[in-house]
Amino acid sequence: MTRLKADQRHAVRFSLNGKPVEDEAEPRMLLSDFLRHQLGATGTHVGCEHGVCGACTVVVDGMLTRSCLTLAAQVDGCELKTVEGLAPSADRLGVLQQAFRRNHALQCGFCTAGILMSLDHYLSRHPTPSEAEIRDLLSGHICRCTGYTPIIQAALEAAAELTSSKKETSNA
Amino acid sequence: MLQAVTSANRESGDQPWVGRSIERVEDAALLAGRGRFIDDLGVAPGTLHATILRSPHAHADILSIDVDAAKSLPGVAAVLTGTDVKAVTTSLVVGVKAPVECWPIAMDRVRYVGEPVAIVVAIDRARAEDAAELINVEYRPRGAVVDPLGAIVSGAPVLHDGFPGNLASDRSFRYGDPEKAFAEAPHRFSIDIRYPRNSCTPIETYGVVASHDAGEDAFEVLANFQGPFSIHTVIARALKVPGNRLRLRTPPDSGGSFGVKQGVFPYIVLIAAAARITGRPVKWIEDRLEHLTASVSATNRATTLSAAVAADGKILALDWDQVEDCGAHLRAPEPATLYRMHGNLTGAYDIRNVKIRNRVVVTNKTPTGLNRGFGGPQVYFALERLVQRIAIGLRLDPLDVIKRNLIGAGSFPYRTATGALLDSGNYQEAVARAVEHGRLAELKARRDEARAQGRLYGIGFTAVVEPSVSNMGYITTVLTAAERRKAGPKNGAQATATVGLDPVGSVTVHVASVPQGQGHRTVLSQVVADVFGLAPKDIRVNTEIDTAKDAWSIASGNYASRFAAAVAGTAKIAAERVAGRLARIAASQLNVEAADIVFAKGFVASKRNPENRIAFSRVAALSHWSPGSLPDEAGQTIRETAFWTPPELTPPDEDDRINSSLCHGFIFDFCGVEIDRVTLGTRIDRYVTMHDCGTILHPGMVNGQIRGGFAQALGAALLEEYAYAEDGSFLTGTLADYLLPTTTEVPEPEIFHMETPSPFTPLGAKGVGEGNCMSTPVCLANAVADALGVADITLPLVPARLAELVRGAEPPPPAGGASAAAVRGGDRRLRGEGQTAVKGAPEQVWAMLLDPATLQSVIPGCQRVDKITETHFRADVTLGIGPVTGRYRADVELFDLDAPRTATLRGRATGALGFGNAEGRIMLAPDGNGGTTLTYSYDAAIGGKVASIGGRLLDGATRVIIGQFFTALARKAGGGGAEGAGFSLFALLAKLGSLFGGRR
Ligand code: FES
Ligand code: FES
Repeated sequence: MTRLKADQRHAVRFSLNGKPVEDEAEPRMLLSDFLRHQLGATGTHVGCEHGVCGACTVVVDGMLTRSCLTLAAQVDGCELKTVEGLAPSADRLGVLQQAFRRNHALQCGFCTAGILMSLDHYLSRHPTPSEAEIRDLLSGHICRCTGYTPIIQAALEAAAELTSSKKETSNA
Repeated sequence: MLQAVTSANRESGDQPWVGRSIERVEDAALLAGRGRFIDDLGVAPGTLHATILRSPHAHADILSIDVDAAKSLPGVAAVLTGTDVKAVTTSLVVGVKAPVECWPIAMDRVRYVGEPVAIVVAIDRARAEDAAELINVEYRPRGAVVDPLGAIVSGAPVLHDGFPGNLASDRSFRYGDPEKAFAEAPHRFSIDIRYPRNSCTPIETYGVVASHDAGEDAFEVLANFQGPFSIHTVIARALKVPGNRLRLRTPPDSGGSFGVKQGVFPYIVLIAAAARITGRPVKWIEDRLEHLTASVSATNRATTLSAAVAADGKILALDWDQVEDCGAHLRAPEPATLYRMHGNLTGAYDIRNVKIRNRVVVTNKTPTGLNRGFGGPQVYFALERLVQRIAIGLRLDPLDVIKRNLIGAGSFPYRTATGALLDSGNYQEAVARAVEHGRLAELKARRDEARAQGRLYGIGFTAVVEPSVSNMGYITTVLTAAERRKAGPKNGAQATATVGLDPVGSVTVHVASVPQGQGHRTVLSQVVADVFGLAPKDIRVNTEIDTAKDAWSIASGNYASRFAAAVAGTAKIAAERVAGRLARIAASQLNVEAADIVFAKGFVASKRNPENRIAFSRVAALSHWSPGSLPDEAGQTIRETAFWTPPELTPPDEDDRINSSLCHGFIFDFCGVEIDRVTLGTRIDRYVTMHDCGTILHPGMVNGQIRGGFAQALGAALLEEYAYAEDGSFLTGTLADYLLPTTTEVPEPEIFHMETPSPFTPLGAKGVGEGNCMSTPVCLANAVADALGVADITLPLVPARLAELVRGAEPPPPAGGASAAAVRGGDRRLRGEGQTAVKGAPEQVWAMLLDPATLQSVIPGCQRVDKITETHFRADVTLGIGPVTGRYRADVELFDLDAPRTATLRGRATGALGFGNAEGRIMLAPDGNGGTTLTYSYDAAIGGKVASIGGRLLDGATRVIIGQFFTALARKAGGGGAEGAGFSLFALLAKLGSLFGGRR
């Protein structure tokens, strides 16, 4: 295992939404701060810095990860996906994002990035979830604005849309 | 069951945009990670970062603050204490007349856990935090009071000399003839309520970036402040500049507020002062522990409410005795929480006789401020619990008692006894519709069936009036009429809105409404699009505020649910004024009368001959390109700012009647809950909420406000409490201690609407955002009371509390052994005793205990031990409890030494993360085999951050550490040698002193 010196900055390189990124970080720097303040990827938010609210959720090597409980140095060499990587292009939203907008599943939008990451990750593995499964999945996220039910509705709608479009593609 | 409220965006036709759930213009950026919250925005090069050292004590004198080590750390620009801040600021104004000061940082005394004591400013946040750890503050603790009623008993510790007996205000009011009504009424019912402390705690914390221009002595501040901008005057005054030298701006996005971000203003003063002292821009972002501990909270309140009641359940008079706990300082705009509801103390009921005593007290807790519902939850909890008690007492159906007392449908506008003018409504109709559509009859059948099976099932009801658009003068009701005459009248609520047209004729709207996620930009685009005959996408709305450039007033901001009723209406007025002028211009161009002009589908056209038309953008641009050729009477159409204040918002009258709010929505809720007999968890089976908030501008957003408020209220009812120990330690410093509702707790409420437009607002709309925070906690409490058949209910309804109601108080666990157990709930002192066998004679063990070198080698995490005297040791120790690792300075003294047999030890450990005190007694006795039997007992307490964060873990951590300790002891002593044989009295005490404690 590499030992990092506490008072030195070390190079951290990883792939962020498919693009290579690189910067330096002290060993104690959190991944959330590294993403936001070093790389300028401010879409990932920080609500508690102790792992409860879920706002900072990102995907690291295919695993849902609290970036506030992860050190930047830990993801050296990994593949990261954040909210900035969800939309197909800068002026278009993906299916899940559109479902959120349609259902008023966000108000202030501060919690939204983390919730989108959890759902995006989950729906790609569980294409036909039940309401109870979605509720279970999202119990690790806190939203203070919406009362959650529009989020759940949006997730179920997006799941349905994603499966039907997949069916269409495979039928074609 | 989920109710889908999907947007209706694409249909065309001539229907107005207002009233449709169009997709929000805010969402695309937020969903793609391109929001612009305060911490997402860059700062100027050279900006410094601040961190705040806070008090671990609820009440203590500051004896000294040693900042030398912190200052000399590389990268640290300044360390400011109260003295430094005092040199460049003045005290914040206090809302009542009293000789007290209110500083945003402790001067020579701390009065609540979390009160700022020093600010460290450094090149980055991490370095600032490193330096804060090196500050040594010496405190002398004082007695603390946390209970509002305890604070006003004689002999209680006093927080401020200017508030004798901790009483900041005591006013009595009388409306009608309450004495006569009570004397003559056949029944009298009374209820005692303790409403707890909680907060709607937004998921984004506070943030401030401040700079100071020394040349002009002017401040520039960016903060996620939400208003009211009356606070701008408080900040400017504290910074000793006129208002025009405090430029206050807000970021484009804010991560929720619910009132709470009003409370950022003391930090604006602190960070601006730091910017002035360092001569550099300074940024500060609050962390979650700071937010929960010390941002702001709703008030907790002790209320006794009595009613004089006729035999049929008609309430003839109310007698309110409210004791409001505003925490350690009476910060602006408090005591507004107590007076916001003054005009509405009779709720939705026709009650003509009212007596009130309002007391405001200070306690050693975080100062209070705005919070969604603002005074409503406290009032309605008492009133609606009492209505249920009246029904039970008179053997009436609770719904019948509600109906018997509701204000008559024909009585609007209705003036309440205490002065509110209820604008419109039909409460009977709303109740009838809710009962029908919410299927009350079926719910009752469910209850009967559940009960027949032996299950705990109950139904609760609530009727409330939801006030919105606050009268800026209501708070002056805390003053006597004579004091008010001296101070001059305060009233009204100026809303502002600006509509501008640019040289290509596109439309910009600006308002000073500072949304925190409510979608104001979308709604305003609908309102203005309707006036101009355009589509919402043609209207660009800006809701950021910049006090140096924008139209604003003290009433500006995002509070008291004023957006739909006041701000959106004002935008309509501004747009209509511009449209009126455009109509004249277009009329001259089209050769028709201005009255014949209509705005539709992007054109300005003749009504009679729609073919005779001109593109909106062309007419709109003329004021820029050819002002000289416009008809004289048309004036400019480049920019119009409208101001609107409702005439109904008059100051309190000579008899203390106050129309505290402009609009009054109506809510009627009922719900069915089931309580699990084993876990005593409360499950909401069905929640029905009927709203009449006047004209609905955007159904999707209105329902969003209702769902969001409902979820927060559910948290307040079932989970949330800012818990304090008796010594004022704060116990809920993480989101694992302060539990917020999640997807697993929040069901979909069944929402119904009725629309009775307000005659007092331009669009007929009323506020809707706060109502469920007022109605839902008591509705759930009434249902739980019904399910359990109990009279007294205190929030939050956590299973442990219900268990006490159902099963009686739990007996204390047997003491003894090495396991640490809290003696009883609310008592954080830990007591215990134990015995262990150690190899080696008592003399050897004794010598080890007094040898610093041995101590240092055996105490885990020990950096150094100094022997001050033969019986006095000082040590630096690093300890970790759960997520909290920190440095402590421990101080242990030995008394009553009887070598090698007994000693008493008294220890103290203090650090940035908290403090602990412990006292212990050790007895050594020969065991007859050359070894020693060691018996000990201890009594310990902890406070500060460790108590706030680590509370849940302390019992367990303590047990583990004691276990490890004796294992190590046995192992080392097993070698028989005195050297390094590891029992350390000191280690035990250092641990106990810094660790022990337990929660609840
Ligand atoms: S910020 Fe990471 S879980 Fe809250
Ligand atoms: S939308 Fe504001 S916290 Fe979820």
